[in-house]
Amino acid sequence: MVKQLKTIKTDFPILDQKVNDEQLVYLDNAATTQKPKAVVEALDHYYYHDNANVHRGVHTLAERATEQFENAREKTAAFINAPSKRNILFTRGTTQSLNWIAASYGEQNIKAGDEIVISYMEHHSNLVPWQQLALRKHATLKYIGMHDDGTLDMAQAKELITDKTKIVSIAHVSNVLGVVNPLKALAALAHEHGAIMVGDGAQSVPHMPVDVQDLDVDFYAFSGHKMLGPTGIGGLYGKEALLNAMPPIEFGGEMIDFVDLYESSWKELPWKFEAGTPDISGAIGMGAAIDYLEAIGLDQVQKHEQAIVDYVLPKLLAIDDLEVYGPQDPSKHTGVIAFNLKGLHPHDLATALDMEGVAVRAGHHCAQPLMKYLSVPATARASFYLYNDFNDADRLVDAIKAAKEFFKNGAI
Amino acid sequence: MGLSKLDNLYRQVILDHSEHPHHHGQLADATNDIEMRNPTCGDVLELQVQLDGDTIKDIAFGGSGCTISQASASMMTDAVLNKSVTQAENMVEVFSELIVGDKPVDSSILGDAAVLEGVKQFPARIKCATLAWKALHKALNSEDHTAEIGDLHAHAPKEDESHDRN
Ligand SMILES: Cc1ncc(COP(=O)(O)O)c(C=O)c1O
Repeated sequence: MVKQLKTIKTDFPILDQKVNDEQLVYLDNAATTQKPKAVVEALDHYYYHDNANVHRGVHTLAERATEQFENAREKTAAFINAPSKRNILFTRGTTQSLNWIAASYGEQNIKAGDEIVISYMEHHSNLVPWQQLALRKHATLKYIGMHDDGTLDMAQAKELITDKTKIVSIAHVSNVLGVVNPLKALAALAHEHGAIMVGDGAQSVPHMPVDVQDLDVDFYAFSGHKMLGPTGIGGLYGKEALLNAMPPIEFGGEMIDFVDLYESSWKELPWKFEAGTPDISGAIGMGAAIDYLEAIGLDQVQKHEQAIVDYVLPKLLAIDDLEVYGPQDPSKHTGVIAFNLKGLHPHDLATALDMEGVAVRAGHHCAQPLMKYLSVPATARASFYLYNDFNDADRLVDAIKAAKEFFKNGAI
Repeated sequence: MGLSKLDNLYRQVILDHSEHPHHHGQLADATNDIEMRNPTCGDVLELQVQLDGDTIKDIAFGGSGCTISQASASMMTDAVLNKSVTQAENMVEVFSELIVGDKPVDSSILGDAAVLEGVKQFPARIKCATLAWKALHKALNSEDHTAEIGDLHAHAPKEDESHDRN
């Protein structure tokens, strides 16, 4: 079944409401996405009919819950083309996934003098875990810079990634600049020097086809709630040999094979890392989100968002005094668009847009080093998803123009 | 609704304070000094107070933030200048009650700052309005009169510096 992107809004009841007396236009999808009925119904169904703990019982409900939970893992593996469900660990989301790599792989493999390479555009989730690991291990953290249009400086990447480098960790898509980073080329570069490549897929997995084997990344992190799924669930992909060699980070029920008084052994992958009762309904909800996205096709989602960017970016660039960050060429810009109106703080702009029913984010977007790099305290950010349309884009442009008028006629 | 409701937030006097903030800058003889951040949005406020005995003899602020936080800081400095510490602390309480409380208060002692009551209708912006007053409270109460907000779990920047934007 191919879904019509035109009629998709009706699958998202939350979008059909007025905010401040205006029809809601939700453009904060980089923060979190709305949930289609199919996902909410999957959660409902699970709790109304199948709820039980997983991997623990012989009764029918326990069997059903376990099957659905593990089925969601299979779907997640297939979604990013992981070789097997053994490569997929369920986590709380991108942040936890990245922290696990730092706490397990990093703790085990990083020594004094080693180098970790990230970029100036990283989200705090892909920065602070490495910064703190480097601090603990007396390793050095290095930052790759960007060209003026916000694209990653690959020449600098080649200088910074050396035989001293042990980990390279980069966002696949920036949550501020909207650029797609060349992860495959970075992975090849990292591997040339014996380093591992970590991809932060928080902003890519929801919006484009992702193939972790083709990218040849060693680890890849993503969040369910940014791809129509519930909050509290996400994934960590890892190559099997690496995951096998890594120690668990948490201990307890579910992850053990055998426990004796003074020693224990661990379950095999992927369960070795998943201590305690997992977010069962979350995983099932993320599975339903994947079904929903696959029915449309990630290539269609990507095309749709690109069409909106092609339409809206020139209109934004045409607004006097509006500065748009990242590439000005729509073909290089994904649906995450950060901007500032000259002379007006982004908070004031976002409040004005909210009064027009347009929900955007304002702030540092968990990327303070990037804000410093761009020499701005904060920005406003509109981010589109599959349920947004040209009308939403027009509403954004009109609201920015109205805000500009309002503050011009005031004292600013 | 459109933007008409915004008039309740961005009153002319607020826009004036934001555009031409009073007591913006640094003091040479500050006795109390504080830097406060609003971590959710990145606003930074540096506040300096010069106490003479029990009196706020001079006050200045710097940093960056939105219209509301800048205007609020400007109005706060106007309001507390030449007041005693006790009076200033009372004003901190009155302001807080005005913005987030549910009891009616006599806000006349706050001067211009009383117009920020309109922020009540914009819950997402309350923190912008209260930042300066919180900073004042901290500055007047910290033990050694300088307050550090959180220790930096810093990574020695040595090598990254060379890759800074130039
Ligand atoms: C690029 C990027 N990395 C990491 C994260 C963190 O994701 P989460 O908060 O779901 O763990 C986000 C989202 O906020 C993001 O945009």
